[in-house]
Parts: sequence; C-alpha cells; structure tokens
Amino acid sequence: MPAAFEITADPIDPVALKSRLTADRAGACATFEGWVRDLNEGETVDALEYETHAAIAANEGEAVIAEAIERFPILRAEGVHRVGKLAIGECAVWVGVSAEHRGAAFDACRYIIDEIKHRLPIWKKEHYRKGATSWINCATQATRASPKPD
Amino acid sequence: MSIAVTAHYFAAFRERAGCEQEAVSTSSATAAELYDEIAGRHGFADARERCKVAINGTLAGWDDTLENGDEVLFFPPVAGG
Repeated sequence: MPAAFEITADPIDPVALKSRLTADRAGACATFEGWVRDLNEGETVDALEYETHAAIAANEGEAVIAEAIERFPILRAEGVHRVGKLAIGECAVWVGVSAEHRGAAFDACRYIIDEIKHRLPIWKKEHYRKGATSWINCATQATRASPKPD
Repeated sequence: MSIAVTAHYFAAFRERAGCEQEAVSTSSATAAELYDEIAGRHGFADARERCKVAINGTLAGWDDTLENGDEVLFFPPVAGG
C-alpha cells in the first residue's frame, strides 16, 4: 500500500491519487495542485528545478499527514511532491483530503500544503528566460556568476 | 578538543561550497557553532534561523551537540510547493 506522502520524479497523476481518497462515509473531497508558473518578481520563468533530501522529506511529509488526521475530522489524506526539472504548467505538488463534511476537508487540505511548504527539505531553483538562475528564498547563491535577473 | 564530522550540503549551499560533502575537523560543540564556522568559510549568506539541520539522517535542533563521526546535513531555506 503506498505511503500517505511520497516524493516522486514522475509526472503527478491527479486522477490516480484522488482514487486513494475514496471512503463510503466521505461527503467531501478537497484537493490542491501546485503548478509551475511563468512569472516571478517580474521575471519570466522558463522552468523550475526541485531538489530534495528525499528520505527526510518523505518522513516529514508523513508526519504532516498524520498531524492532519489527528487535528481534523477527516477520513483520508495523501500528498505527493515531484522533484527534478519541471516545465511551466506542470504539477509540482498534490494534496488531497476526504472527510464527511467540507469544512474539515478544506481546512486539512490547507494545513497540509502550508506545512509542506515550510517544513519539508525541498528547494526550488528558477531558470529565467534571460538565462540566469536563482534559488528561491536563499540569500546564498552559487559562486559561479549567476546574477539576479535584471 | 576537536572532532571529525562530515558536513553535507544541499541546493544553494552545495553550489556555493562547490561540493556535496566534506570531512571537517572542528572544535564546534553544537550544530549551530558548526554552521557559523562553515558559513563563514564558504560564504553562506542565509541566517541560521532560516535554515535547518539534520544529524545522522534525522532533523535536529541547532543546539544539538555534535559527536565524532556525525553526518551533519545543512539545509538552506526551504522552498517546496
């Protein structure tokens, strides 16, 4: 049986993932998809590269899911984060929750993606149309000239 | 008294350091002290509070003490999702 949270290098399949949430008691299903977008701080982005420490990220992701199940009256919760180089429009992260009622489904879904974003050891490098790259949220960048986009 | 640990670098830290890992002989007692030492040497520009550390495969606290032979993983500010 697949783990409740996975790191993958493969394209995310929302239909297959959603099927893991089914439960006879569920009256609500809430899912979230994070997509790669083409603009950040005024610069055109061509691609995003995600890097992770997979074992620690998977463990921490499992912990987040377990917390959501503990804190919210939900039935099932799953999450997947993709790593590697992704093109504009591709799905980087998927979260899904089923519950008896929609309030808990929405709340738990939001909790899971918010925690994923600030706790998991996953890093994102933007590749700009103009050729530069930048690690998001980092003051540290490569020693080689990778100038901030102008 | 100095100990021998292996420091591992990820993402922006790896690019800045120019290596994925290196053997370090240090008198630093905690992960925080080791970060300050290494950040100074390699020019890591991120405040420690925004970074994370793992020791021997498990997320750790900055105040955790280091032991000879530890694998210390330095994580720059995260940006998943």
